[in-house]
Amino acid sequence: MIQVIAFYLFATLVIAAAALTIMARNPVHSVLWLIVAFFNAAGLMVLCGAEFIAMLLVIVYVGAVAVLFLFVVMMLDIDFSELRAGFIRNFPLGMLLAVVLFVELFVGLIARNAGKLALGKPDGSAVPMPAASNIEAIGALLYTRYLFLFEAAGVILLVAMIGAIVLTHRQRGGVRGQNVSKQVARRPEDATHNVSPEVGKGVSL
Amino acid sequence: MIGIEHYVVVSSILFVLGVLGIFLNRKNIIVILMAIELILLAVNINLVAFSSFLGDLTGQIFAMFVLTVAAGEAAVGLAILVIYFRGRGTIAVDDVNRMKG
Repeated sequence: MIQVIAFYLFATLVIAAAALTIMARNPVHSVLWLIVAFFNAAGLMVLCGAEFIAMLLVIVYVGAVAVLFLFVVMMLDIDFSELRAGFIRNFPLGMLLAVVLFVELFVGLIARNAGKLALGKPDGSAVPMPAASNIEAIGALLYTRYLFLFEAAGVILLVAMIGAIVLTHRQRGGVRGQNVSKQVARRPEDATHNVSPEVGKGVSL
Repeated sequence: MIGIEHYVVVSSILFVLGVLGIFLNRKNIIVILMAIELILLAVNINLVAFSSFLGDLTGQIFAMFVLTVAAGEAAVGLAILVIYFRGRGTIAVDDVNRMKG
């Protein structure tokens, strides 16, 4: 019983939060509703036994992506009321498209219930190990069978990081930066010299 | 009892809301990016639900890769948004014609 209540709670909240995300007048509120949606989606995933993905969702989406959105929204000085100009005008077409899409997806679901297509069976190589936690089973699969894909995912993240830095980095005038080649080319004999001063005469610099 | 259908309905509603968000906020690229995140979230819920109900972990692994791509896409998208704003002083994207494409 508690599972059913939890499912409907999470499902209702995730849909309501998603609707408020796209309807909210202020993008800051949009981001906050997006965070609510992510949390409830993580709840849905915990309910069907995928704790690892749920925690990943909370850490990656809420902790990184949503905060990045919040950062950008608050950093840029944008007149948001002007950006909502086409909201009412686009509403009928958008609604029509949304309804058509949903009906299509729903028809697919009904067709599946009426007698699903003959799909291939899972080949059994990715069946969760008995008596292993979700994260243990995922780790065992990820570091063996999907090792190269996992490393490719790491490369994608690296490229995204370098891309974001290259795009937003700018050379500003009037600041004194580090000149690495000059530093490396500097030799001790150019920088220092030994003197043996006579007593009482002092040193000329 | 909660079956796979319930999860599929939730994720399809979420997907449609994401598409609707792109249509409603055609000018505001920040909300468009958030709507794309919603669409990817719907896909992830679907993958995880099917993976769990079919007893095959591949779906969860794939959901992780989708998450990776979503994070990279958000980072690069927001970087492009920042330089666009720096150059134009606005983020209205319905009349972007800089590349004359």
